[in-house]
Amino acid sequence: MPAVTETIETIDRLAGGGYKFGFETNIEMEFAPKGLNEDIVRLISAKKGEPEWLLEWRLKAYRAWLTMEDPHWARIHHPKIDYQDLHYYAAPKRPAPKSLDDVDPELISMYDKLGIPLNERAALAGVAVDAVFDSVSVATTFRESLAKVGVIFCSISEAVREHPDLVRKYLGSVVPAGDNYFAALNSAVFSDGSFVFIPRGVRCPMELSTYFRINARNTGQFERTLIIAEEGASVSYLEGCTAPMRDENQLHAAVVELVALDEASIKYSTVQNWYPGDAQGRGGIYNFVTKRGACRGRNSKISWTQVETGSAITWKYPSCILQGEGSTGEFYSVALTNNFQQADTGTKMIHLAPNTTSTIISKGISAGHSNNTYRGLVRIMPRAHGARNFTQCDSLLIGDQCGAHTVPYIESRNQSAKVEHEATTSKIAEDQLFYCRSRGLSEEDAVGLIVNGFCRDVLKELPMEFAVEAQKLLAVSLEGSVG
Amino acid sequence: MNAGDFLDRIDLAALPGAVSRRARAAARFRATGWPTRADEAWHYTDLNARLKSFDLALPAEAGSVAGLIPETDLPRIVFVNGRFAEDLSTKMPGLGCYASDAALTEGRDQPMVALNAALAQDGAVLDIAESVDAGTVLLVSIAHAAHQAAIAPRHRIRLGAGAALTLIEIARGEGEYLHNPVVEIALGEGAVLRHYRLQDEAMAAVHVATIFADLASGARYDSFTLNCGARLSRNETHATLAGAKADVHLNAAQLLTGSQHGDITTIVAHDAPNCASRQTVKSVLSGAARGVFQGRIEVARIAQKTDGYQMNQALLLSPDAEIDSKPELEIFADDVKCSHGATIGALDPEQVFYLRSRGIPEAEARAMLIRAFLDEALEPVTDATAHRLFEDAIDAWWRKGVL
Repeated sequence: MPAVTETIETIDRLAGGGYKFGFETNIEMEFAPKGLNEDIVRLISAKKGEPEWLLEWRLKAYRAWLTMEDPHWARIHHPKIDYQDLHYYAAPKRPAPKSLDDVDPELISMYDKLGIPLNERAALAGVAVDAVFDSVSVATTFRESLAKVGVIFCSISEAVREHPDLVRKYLGSVVPAGDNYFAALNSAVFSDGSFVFIPRGVRCPMELSTYFRINARNTGQFERTLIIAEEGASVSYLEGCTAPMRDENQLHAAVVELVALDEASIKYSTVQNWYPGDAQGRGGIYNFVTKRGACRGRNSKISWTQVETGSAITWKYPSCILQGEGSTGEFYSVALTNNFQQADTGTKMIHLAPNTTSTIISKGISAGHSNNTYRGLVRIMPRAHGARNFTQCDSLLIGDQCGAHTVPYIESRNQSAKVEHEATTSKIAEDQLFYCRSRGLSEEDAVGLIVNGFCRDVLKELPMEFAVEAQKLLAVSLEGSVG
Repeated sequence: MNAGDFLDRIDLAALPGAVSRRARAAARFRATGWPTRADEAWHYTDLNARLKSFDLALPAEAGSVAGLIPETDLPRIVFVNGRFAEDLSTKMPGLGCYASDAALTEGRDQPMVALNAALAQDGAVLDIAESVDAGTVLLVSIAHAAHQAAIAPRHRIRLGAGAALTLIEIARGEGEYLHNPVVEIALGEGAVLRHYRLQDEAMAAVHVATIFADLASGARYDSFTLNCGARLSRNETHATLAGAKADVHLNAAQLLTGSQHGDITTIVAHDAPNCASRQTVKSVLSGAARGVFQGRIEVARIAQKTDGYQMNQALLLSPDAEIDSKPELEIFADDVKCSHGATIGALDPEQVFYLRSRGIPEAEARAMLIRAFLDEALEPVTDATAHRLFEDAIDAWWRKGVL
């Protein structure tokens, strides 16, 4: 049997392999009533004891949202979302725990199943985890050792209480409240998220990590993350997600804002493995995320790395605004879609200042009936003398029912800028498969190896702690998709 | 002027041919109006902004246009202000007939195509019978407008199985006008059409050309477009590979300066297996010119073994020039090889220095490098007359002192 036919059959056979992290933890939730109006926004703000300015900011975002329309330009299709049929606030019923001992044991056991290094293992792994369970942070570790060097790593609601000036200065400064439909929605109703502040000259002593779980049925998740690296500071931040199996689609509209001042560097890595829906395309997470970083200072650097294997729909364009002279933006992405998943993802690199550089490496893998689109913008503004961009987008098609699309927008208004873009689309070459098979590798291992090689440029950008997990997650998706 | 006002002023019934068809096309155009940037297909070209200041009307009688027709030995078909100019054309029995109705095909929905269908008065209809090699024919479309005229010829070219034709199409004019030609091409099995197009309009003109090329199996469509005239121009080519093993080359170059805006848009639809498409598009932009390239390769599920390639390069010669490029791949078949590349930059100072160090003056060195840059796109133009016409147009561009 030809290798390809066999590969496709393997995919079909394994497509029913299912989602390994599909379980649900039963913890009583306290819900706000369904629907969205100004009262809900006020309720969320009041529950969190927010200052007046933040409530005003939320209301302004809400009013802007009312005047906006769903974006329809992406290559994604879904039934119309009834925003009035969602809960906008959900939290575990008990008061926020003060230490790990207070954390619900069921929660802890769930994290155990996911392999999150939360308690002792956290220390061994050297990772500080701000675990977000639905909307309220339930545990934060390593706070003290971070505090020693002046790093602030806490939930954003805590930051609003304890560092209001910082939050007020930077919140919405990269992604304004009315930036786009989903960002406006997030600004109005964001429940929690992470706040990171690295003071001048500090190199964050450990990788910071947040684990997201979506756990409550019918609960939209509206995370808000804000990371600020002052002059000469550097930080590596990890975000990983997995969600329990369920039938109903869930909306996730997160906003992530990064600010890098002079000589600062922020590395933001994501492994996204939310429930993608079943083999027939039922259920799964709608992931509509706005991620943007501002390289405000000279020679600052923001690097996005993402491994996207989950979600029924991904709508996500982590971007860099290169405002500081000599600043650098990077985007490394692997997006894998299978069954009926849809991904429309890419980046925007806006070169405003001289000698700014950006690199985009995007690897898309489509299998099953999925559609995978790279959509990216590279814009060189007139002031960006000597700007440089390199873009490479490669797509791999597995099976003849899927689609791979590339939609780059390249705009240059500066003569001295150099922009290069290349894109390829292909399938796994039969001679590569044959070569591996003739060395005794099984079909599955051979496809896995080739796909891993295809993604290598991106995977090697992940921090050590994450690379292992990313490969594991990719392998899980590969099991169900490419052999 | 807005689209509705413009149509209101025209008595469609006074134009030749079936009124109902014109009326339907006019209604389609009214529904959309002039394309704006909100329309994704016109993301980088704001036709509405340009045309709303135009006081458009149908063209009046033209004056003498002999000077605008290039001197060649080739048989030629000449249109002046969208009408067939019999006195200027070569008698070609059997090769063509001219009729407005015959050249109107409905079902193409682009707004500018609908406008053309509403206004077209004449067009060349070239029907080349099976296995006939019709040689080289010149198709000249002249606009000679004393006022802001809308000129909309609609040509149809059909090649029977195994037929061959080289068509050199030239758009020229004087004055301020909208030239909106539509060319519909159908190639039979194994037919070969070489289509060389020179857009050399008056500097105040707006030129929007739409070309539809449908290829049966084994057919080949080779085209090269040189865009150097008009204040605002757009060349939109839809090539549909409907039969297996068809082959399409869509090369283009644009040389723009001053405040010119040039848009090259291609949509190559691979609807059959084993087809190949090649595109090389080069832009040379000086002054405050703005170049646009949008190219989409669509590969349908059935189109296995597709080989698609697209290269788009731009040279920015001045601080105010701008290029916007959107090379798109839309792929639904797995056993394909598709790639695109895009590069944008200035002339390499090291290359200029190399030539200068060999005693070549700066301007000449730059010209030499730009010619070399363009050559890759021009290279497949094998017809000697076409090659000479393009060379002349490039030389004329040089003389504008763009360097």
